[in-house]
Amino acid sequence: MPATVSHRASSPSLSRFVADYGMLGILILLCILFSVLTLQDQHPAGADAAGALYAALSPAERTEDILIVCGDNAQDQAFADELQTRLRQSGNARVRILAGDPPSVRAQLEALANSAPGLSLIATTQGFAPVVQTITSEIPAYSTARVLTPPSYRWPTFLLADNVRNVANQITVIAIIAIGMTMVIITAGIDLSVGSLIALSAVVTAWLIGNAGGDTASGAIMLLSGLAGILLCGAIGGFSGLMITRFRIPPFIATLAMMQVAAGVAYIISQGKPIYQIPGGFVLLGRGAEPLLRVPYAVLLMLILYAMAHVVMTRTTLGRYIYAVGGNPEAARLAGIRVGGILLLVYTLCGLLAGLGGVLMASQLKSGAPTYGLTYELYVIAAVVVGGTSLSGGEGRIIGTLIGALTIAVIQNGMNLTNVETYTQKVVLGLVILGAVLLDRLKQQGIRLKMRRT
Amino acid sequence: MSNPATQPLLTMTGIGKSFPGVQAVNNASFDLRPGEILALVGANGAGKSTLIKILTGVHRADTGAITVGGNPVSIHSPSDAQRLGIAAIYQELMLVPGLTVHANLFLGRERTKHAFVDSESERTLAMRQFQKLGVNINPDALIKDLTVAEQQLVEIARALMTEARILVMDEPTAALTPREVEILFGILRELANQQVGVIFIGHRLDEILAIADRVTIMRDGATITTCRASELSRQSLIEQMVGRSLTEEFPKAPPPEEAIRFEVRHLSGGMIRDASFTVRRGEVLGLTGLMGAGRTELARLIFGADRKDQGEIILDGDELRVDSPQSAIKKGICLLTEDRKSQGLVLKATAKENFALPNLHFWSKLSWIDGKKESSRFLKHVDLLHIRLSGPDQRAEDLSGGNQQKLLVARWLESQSQVVIFDEPTRGIDVGAKYEMYLLIRELAVQGKVVIMISSELPEVLGISHRILVMRDGQISGELDPSVATQQDIMALAG
Repeated sequence: MPATVSHRASSPSLSRFVADYGMLGILILLCILFSVLTLQDQHPAGADAAGALYAALSPAERTEDILIVCGDNAQDQAFADELQTRLRQSGNARVRILAGDPPSVRAQLEALANSAPGLSLIATTQGFAPVVQTITSEIPAYSTARVLTPPSYRWPTFLLADNVRNVANQITVIAIIAIGMTMVIITAGIDLSVGSLIALSAVVTAWLIGNAGGDTASGAIMLLSGLAGILLCGAIGGFSGLMITRFRIPPFIATLAMMQVAAGVAYIISQGKPIYQIPGGFVLLGRGAEPLLRVPYAVLLMLILYAMAHVVMTRTTLGRYIYAVGGNPEAARLAGIRVGGILLLVYTLCGLLAGLGGVLMASQLKSGAPTYGLTYELYVIAAVVVGGTSLSGGEGRIIGTLIGALTIAVIQNGMNLTNVETYTQKVVLGLVILGAVLLDRLKQQGIRLKMRRT
Repeated sequence: MSNPATQPLLTMTGIGKSFPGVQAVNNASFDLRPGEILALVGANGAGKSTLIKILTGVHRADTGAITVGGNPVSIHSPSDAQRLGIAAIYQELMLVPGLTVHANLFLGRERTKHAFVDSESERTLAMRQFQKLGVNINPDALIKDLTVAEQQLVEIARALMTEARILVMDEPTAALTPREVEILFGILRELANQQVGVIFIGHRLDEILAIADRVTIMRDGATITTCRASELSRQSLIEQMVGRSLTEEFPKAPPPEEAIRFEVRHLSGGMIRDASFTVRRGEVLGLTGLMGAGRTELARLIFGADRKDQGEIILDGDELRVDSPQSAIKKGICLLTEDRKSQGLVLKATAKENFALPNLHFWSKLSWIDGKKESSRFLKHVDLLHIRLSGPDQRAEDLSGGNQQKLLVARWLESQSQVVIFDEPTRGIDVGAKYEMYLLIRELAVQGKVVIMISSELPEVLGISHRILVMRDGQISGELDPSVATQQDIMALAG
């Protein structure tokens, strides 16, 4: 038989890419949809608004006698300070600020009308402009004065930096745990205990901090407490793994049992009540952001973990073994792989990540309560499944899971922004999960038919 | 209407079918007459399976015409095929293991009485069907408790209960013992007497020549010729299949050295009792016997896949501590399993990943895989063993049987094993690939390795081995010298 080896890697790998990451297209479509639906006038506020207004002024206007009028909230004051600084820098020494609640602004404007007539420009914020307009129309001295506001612009609310950050932040807990769940599901298993492990980890961490100084606990205490919560969850995950490998209990049952146990222990430790005695510094992980681009630390942590997991699954022997064990455990064993060891590791890892999710949630909410993470296991599994990982094991992609988690977050956030009722949201989300899996099935079947040879 | 004896039951004319990048079938034609057993033979990838899948409605042909009973038909789905009286029995049996025989026979068309399943009448009908076939199977037995042969008979019975006029069998004898094959062939002849047309796909040429009335030979997607089986010899059949002449069917390795390299002493465990034997450097040891005699079980004990109760395994004078496949591989023993789909391959993984599975330590450091080195090692074996694939990332399940087998051989070649155990290495692969497998076994022996080949095909065992061990009931029942032994000698020790 002649050696006919054709290396046409491109077409199968392209179709595999589509199969693996086709959900990315849907995610992008969803983002476009919600961007269009939330396209509206955006009013800048604070220092940004000052910059926008300054840029809109002509050079001549910048040197005129300008009065900045604003309310007494922090945003307005930031606007006033920034605009004054900018005008002074361009050589306008006459610029003044007038701030306060509407009655006091009225009094000050009346007083000013007598002392300094001929005012030509009044700068104010979008929010405060109606007040200013009402007052100046009643005072004849201001009849010639123009009221300027920062220009508004059309931009989707969905794509505002704050909202994007919000979406990313909301999904971090689910997305981080979904890394472990993806590995578990690739081994053809399931871990139902992750939701309860969130609660357990949050409660244990909060309880330890509360008992080791409470509001005045040091950073080291907080770190150690968080670590303890994570390790405890890792141990429980490992225990599930042991039951599954050593005693051949089906993963569904083993982790269902641990789900009950972990939830119960969380209630016992907290006596059913939230624990609040946590120092303010503890929220740094959950609510803090790095100063340069203001990316939340939790999101950074999530991205780093995804990058690491992706590398592990695609470039290391461990990743290969995880896929092999899920694809055909007997073949894997006969190829010399320690199947039990791999499973144990994967469940431990899933537990550790669930523990980390719990610490993160405690940090976001600055408390630990046994009710945290309720039904999260379902969202986590949904993220994995929407991301294209098959529940029958042996295939799936880490990055697919991130896309799946983001898809769920975007749908929830988009429906919030477009005022879809909470109950309706549940219906939609359920249908989306079904649709994603259905789409994956059809696509797989299509590709399989095309790729199958004789 | 013309005379039914001369009118073909089925014709397939000018059938063509291409998949992206592959012309799987290209101008294939044959006809099947009532009461005839037609064998369809060809090398892997010759297009047999695709042609059959077109007939049974799994695939749709791009070109060509099909007639059944003289009428042009179009077959779009398996249920179309069923309506036309075409029944197919595939290598992988389609039975529900946890249900009884009669429940499986009537699956999907249960007999009911007052809205309940009428087991009594199902049982009676099943008995009648089995009687007609001349077999004795308890209709109340669970499928999983039957032998593979019995399961196959249940499938045949089920196919015939749908009043099938055309029965397609894809490698039905692959998992059967010689005696069971005889029973099956008796039934097929009986069916032919009842004017059923049988299309028989197989790789065992002796069987094909024994059972078929006519043989249609396929090569590279086309039907080359159809001749009467009585006009063919084994040699001419092989040459037409591979399209060139063969000098010898069983290339034998040169005589082994005197030095003993591998030794098994008093090995017991599971059904195996007190197995002892030696293998010399460069020797090919044939291990044969009936199905269930314990050949595979012995191999698994040596490989550490099952727990041994006692016994020693010695390689190059050192006793090996083997308690898991992992340790066996580390010590230089490998096992090419009999069932490549359930025990050899991770079907969803790519060809390259399957190749690499036990060998990753050769090209990884601290768990990090050197992808370049891996690809180059893999491609080297692809060229060496002539593995046909569309690329390294093609999934294992999309490869043909012979290429799957070669992929697994490549895996163990790479592992540098010193003791290579092949369990039915040529089962379900075509003549061309078989020949390559024999060359490979010879090459391993020439390299001074220890080769143990388990096989049920007696001509192969006699042709390839330097020495033959026969097993019966978990014990080694005798040793034969293939230069003087006959198939009858083997059967005498096996039965």
